[in-house]
Amino acid sequence: MLRAENITVHFGRRTVLHDVSFDAKPGALTAIVGPNGSGKTTLLKAITGEASHDGQVMLNDRDITSAKPWELAAIRGVLPQATPLAFPFTVSEVVRLGLISGVTADQAAIIPAALSRVGLTDYGARFYQELSGGEQQRVQLARVLAQVWEPISEAGPHWLFLDEPVSALDIAHQLQVMKIARDFANAGGGVVAVMHDLNLTAMFADQIALISDGRIVAQSTPDEILTNDLLSRAYNCAVQVNTPPPSGTYILPQMATMGAH
Amino acid sequence: MAMATEVPRGVYLAGDRSHQANRLTGALLVVLVAAVLASLAIGASGTSLWSTLWAFLRGEDLSLRDRVVLWDIRLPRTLMGALVGAALAVSGAIMQGLFRNPLADPGLIGVSAGAGFGAIVAIVLGGLLPLALQDVLGYYLVPFAAFLGSWASTIILYRVSTRKGHTSVATMLLAGIALGALTGAISGLLVYIADDAQLRTLTFWGMGSIAGATWSKLLTAAPLMIVAFIAAPFIAKGLNGLALGETAASHMGIAVQRTKNTAILAVAAAVGSAVAVSGGIGFVGIVVPHLLRLAVGPDHRYLLRNSALLGAALLLVADIISRVVIAPAELPIGIIMAVIGGPFFLWILLRRRGILDM
Repeated sequence: MLRAENITVHFGRRTVLHDVSFDAKPGALTAIVGPNGSGKTTLLKAITGEASHDGQVMLNDRDITSAKPWELAAIRGVLPQATPLAFPFTVSEVVRLGLISGVTADQAAIIPAALSRVGLTDYGARFYQELSGGEQQRVQLARVLAQVWEPISEAGPHWLFLDEPVSALDIAHQLQVMKIARDFANAGGGVVAVMHDLNLTAMFADQIALISDGRIVAQSTPDEILTNDLLSRAYNCAVQVNTPPPSGTYILPQMATMGAH
Repeated sequence: MAMATEVPRGVYLAGDRSHQANRLTGALLVVLVAAVLASLAIGASGTSLWSTLWAFLRGEDLSLRDRVVLWDIRLPRTLMGALVGAALAVSGAIMQGLFRNPLADPGLIGVSAGAGFGAIVAIVLGGLLPLALQDVLGYYLVPFAAFLGSWASTIILYRVSTRKGHTSVATMLLAGIALGALTGAISGLLVYIADDAQLRTLTFWGMGSIAGATWSKLLTAAPLMIVAFIAAPFIAKGLNGLALGETAASHMGIAVQRTKNTAILAVAAAVGSAVAVSGGIGFVGIVVPHLLRLAVGPDHRYLLRNSALLGAALLLVADIISRVVIAPAELPIGIIMAVIGGPFFLWILLRRRGILDM
C-alpha cells in the first residue's frame, strides 16, 4: 500500500502542490494525469522522496523519510523522464547498475531477461550513448525492472514509479511498455505512472488521479475520471470522450496490436 | 513474472566487459613488476645494475656502493614513484566519477594547487606553530597541510559547480581557475617572505620530481595514500550509481552523501600526500583513467584498481626516461608527464568536444 497524506511542496515561494492526498494499491496500475505544469511529476517526486515536502508518505507501512536508500531500493524502482549518463557504458552495464543495491545482485541472468522484456534483446553490447532517445528510455526501464525483478516478495509487494514512461516512444513500444507495467501489476506489484496520453491511460490504468493547479481534482476508476466534464475542466479545453470525428483520419492505440500486420 | 534462466558458466554476457577488465588487471600487474625492476636497474650511476639487482634478489652480498645506490636511492625512489603514480591516477578516476566528467583532473581544476598551497603554508609558516604541536606533527606537517588544502579546494569546487545533483563542467573548470589563481597569489606572497632555507626547500619541492625520495619522505607520505587506496573499493559501486545522477543513484540504493564524502576525503588524502612529496605532477590523473575507460569501460570496480596499477607503471616509466634522457643530469618528471599528457589532453578534447557542453 502507498499512502501519501497532506503533501505540500514549495519551489521557492511558489506552492506547487497544495495539501494533496493520494494512494495506490499493489496489484493495480495507478495513473497520475493532468495538464502541463499541474504538478504531476512533482507529486511523483514527493512520493519517491526526491522533492522535499510537508506531509507523510507511507510505502508498505514504512515512512519513506526515515527509510535508508537501500531499504527503499529493495522494494521500489523509479524511472525518471530522462536519465543522463556520464561515461561510455554498454547497454548491459547500464542494466547491471540496477542490480547495484544487492537486492537481486549477482543474478547476471536478469540482465538479458530484462533487455528481452523491453524488446532490446541484441542490444547488450551496444553503447548507451549511441542509442536513440526511445531506446535509451527502454534501457532505463530494463534497469529499473532488474532492480525490482519480482513484483512481490515475502516482505511485501514491490513498486514501480514511472515518470511519463512512454512519452518518447512510438506506438508499438508505447503498448509494449504499458503492457510490461500492466503485467507487473497483475502479478501483484504496484505501479504508479505519470501519464500524458489519455488513451493509453484509459486502456491500462485501474485508478486515475486527475491533478490540476497543484490539487487533486478526483481520484477514481477510468470510467469515472475520463468524462467530458472533469477533463474539460482540468485541462481547460473542451474534450469529448468516445466521440469519433465526423471526418479525417484518427489512430487509436485501443485498436492497435503489437507485432501483427 | 518467471525467474530468469541461469547463464552457463564461462559464457559471457554481450556488453559485459568485466572479464576483460579482470584480465587487464593481471596484465598490468606484470607491467608494474617489470617497471619496478627496470626502475631499480636503470639509472645515472653509470653502470647497469641488472646483474647487481639479480644478485640482490638472489640474496648475495653486494658491494657497499651498490648497496647504497640500490637500497638508499633507487628503492625509495621507485616505491615513491609507484605510490605517487597510483595515488594521482586513482584520485583522478574518483574525481571524474564524483563530478561525472572525464575532464575532472586534480591538477587541472585546482585540487593540486590547493594541496600545494597547504604545503607552502606548512613549509613557510610551520615554524610559527606551538612547539608542542610541531613535535606531534613532525615530518607529517607538510603532507597533512597539503591534505587539508586539497580537501578544502575539492569541497569548494564541488559546492560551486554542482546544483541539484547536476555538475556543470564549465563552472567546474572556471572555478578551478579562480581557485588556482587565488592560492597561487597567496603562495607567491608566502614565497616572498620565506627565508633562504625555506626557499631552497620550496624550489626543489615545486619542480615536480620524485628525485629527492628518501625512506623518511616515503614514510611520511605513504600512510595517507594507503588510506585512500583502502577507501577506493568501498566507493566503486557508489560512483557507478552516480554516473546516472545523484537522484537515480539514491533510488538504486546508494548512500549518496556518504559516497560523496568518502570520495572527497580519499581524493584529498591521495592528492595531498602525492603533492606534498612530489610537487605538482600533472596529467597522470586524466591520461590513465581515460585510456582504461576506452579499453575496458567505466565500471569503477575495475577502473579504480586498474588506474592504480597503470598510474604506478606510467610514473615509473616517466621517471626512468627523466633519468636517462640527458644523463648524467636529470629532467624533472613533471616535464616528461607534461610532454606526454599535454598532447593527449588535446586529443581527448578533439575527439569529444561535446564533453564541455555536458
